[in-house]
Amino acid sequence: MNETRPTVYEELQAKGHSRRDFMKFCTFIGAALGLESTGIAQVVKALETKSRLPVVWLHFQECTCCSESFIRSSHPLVADVILDKISLDYTETLMAAAGHQAEATLKNTIEKYKGQYVLLVEGSIPTKEDGAYCCIGGKSSYDIFKEVSKDAKAIIAWGNCASAGCVQAANPNPTGATPIYKLAEGKTVINVQGCPPIAEVMAGVIVHILAFDRIPQLDSLGRPKAFYSSRVHDTCYRRPNYDAGLFVESWDDENAKKGYCLYKMGCRGPNTYNSCGVIKWNNGVSFPIQSGHPCIGCSEANFWDNGPFYKHLANFPGFGIESTADKVGIGLGAVTVAGIAAHAVVTNIRKRKEIMKGLRTTDNNIA
Amino acid sequence: MKEKKEAEHNETVYVWQLPVRFYHWINALSILVLCVTGFLIGYPIALQNSAEASFGYWFGTVRFIHFVAAFIFFFNFVYRLYWGFVGNKYAKWDNFIPYRKSQWQEVLDVLKVDILMVSKKPIDSVGHNALASLTYFFTFLAFLVQSLTGFGLYAAMSKSFFPKLFAWIVPILGGDFNTRMIHHIFMWLFIVFAIIHIYLVFYHDYVERRGVTSSMIGGWKFIEKGHMEEVKKKVKV
Ligand code: HEM
Ligand code: SF4
Repeated sequence: MNETRPTVYEELQAKGHSRRDFMKFCTFIGAALGLESTGIAQVVKALETKSRLPVVWLHFQECTCCSESFIRSSHPLVADVILDKISLDYTETLMAAAGHQAEATLKNTIEKYKGQYVLLVEGSIPTKEDGAYCCIGGKSSYDIFKEVSKDAKAIIAWGNCASAGCVQAANPNPTGATPIYKLAEGKTVINVQGCPPIAEVMAGVIVHILAFDRIPQLDSLGRPKAFYSSRVHDTCYRRPNYDAGLFVESWDDENAKKGYCLYKMGCRGPNTYNSCGVIKWNNGVSFPIQSGHPCIGCSEANFWDNGPFYKHLANFPGFGIESTADKVGIGLGAVTVAGIAAHAVVTNIRKRKEIMKGLRTTDNNIA
Repeated sequence: MKEKKEAEHNETVYVWQLPVRFYHWINALSILVLCVTGFLIGYPIALQNSAEASFGYWFGTVRFIHFVAAFIFFFNFVYRLYWGFVGNKYAKWDNFIPYRKSQWQEVLDVLKVDILMVSKKPIDSVGHNALASLTYFFTFLAFLVQSLTGFGLYAAMSKSFFPKLFAWIVPILGGDFNTRMIHHIFMWLFIVFAIIHIYLVFYHDYVERRGVTSSMIGGWKFIEKGHMEEVKKKVKV
């Protein structure tokens, strides 16, 4: 790329970080990515020899929680490496430039680093009313996306908004909020799911692209396998309680204090693919289930429509708010039994006639 | 109702071959087990005890039984599909798919005779009547849905290659949550089916006196003499 630009390691040194910090960061990210030790050496080498990755970070229909999560990454170098040193040629929420100057930066970056920059998208793109629901600098987000994604080296969708539409795509989706993989016209999109995604996961994906010059392995939903291949339930420390059938029955019961499994409180852990149970949040301090709250499935598509959060299953569609599948099922069973009872009564009345007839016509009756 | 002849004027017809009977009861038993354990998985009862979690495993056991029964259910189902091609005429696949006009005609007739009770026209079928066959066709579809959603969910919990073959179904249905929801709702279809099915067997046994109930044990039905010839003639013209 640009020989004149300093490498990531050089930039970090200039900022006063030690070699030791740098190595710690590389092993940390390498471990998060599930690399073997030779892979970690590759990460070290890449960061020592490559200069920063040009990055454009676009914000559409979102709440900036992905950015918030990212800058609160537990490892101090994550923010430094990614935010100060690698990224932010353009990002609406954090860059210093504004107005025309900002637009000029964007234009510059995508021309100068054609085919080299990574596009990060936070937020979904509204498609109704020609995209009028989200416009920046007089252009619709869809138009901006088309323009910027054309020459991107890779596209990363941050969070549930960009990966699946999140709350703004919940029924009835008034703005036609659309996840970006649907608008990327065949380009591969890395869906970094979660509302927000875990900071280390975000950093890991970027470092992977920088170190190996290709996108990480993805599953069928476009999520990096390293972080989304097992369910929260599979790595949950409350799992022994689940297997033993020890459940919290209500929020304030003894079982809640004992830290039993939250399955009956609507925990979505068994249906949710994420690394919360392993990497955890805020410097590995905790994650929702550890704090006593069931998982709400924020890294799954449509999680807002799969409510209520505190019930094991969603309400039965089309049957009013309090109707669960079981209530509808029991109702259906009751109707069936009533129908059968009526049918049986009629059958017997008719059968009786027949028995009488049979008695009259045959002496060897079988009734 | 049809004019009945006395018992000694009945002839016995071998309708359900041994594999069909085995299939039927294995199916019934596994569905019973799957419904009971499935219901518990969806709504675990509160069994309180003060022991440490590491000493208990009842919920794990319930799930284990569900999965074992699921494998039995699935391969039994596959076996029945196979038997639909090699079995006798009462077991043949084409009983279950109403592609002939006469089958639809019989569906209507059975509705009128047995369900609405507005007609007394005799029904010719000796095996399943056309309406029953159509219903079984839908239950086969339900078996398929339940197997696909079940193994789709199981793929996430298993290291084995077999459930992984079904993993593709989950994204199509919109994720594990929706898959689970569909799987759960279908349980109620099985329960409602079982109620109606058992009632109708008793009903037919009672009204037709052909021994349907025991036919699924011994294989024989008791059909009025001459009926088989009559039906054969009808089919020829
Ligand atoms: C007659 C057939 C079946 C019935 C009635 C049935 C019923 C159920 C029900 C009611 C649940 C609970 C869903 C919930 O609310 O969480 C369930 C869970 C499940 N069933 Fe089935 N099922 C059947 C067949 C199968 C088959 C063929 C499989 C294949 C492996 C299967 C695998 C599963 C799995 C993996 C779960 C989730 C268990 C968990 O949460 O750990 N089921 N089933
Ligand atoms: S709390 Fe949730 S994720 Fe943890 S074991 Fe229970 S159901 Fe699974």
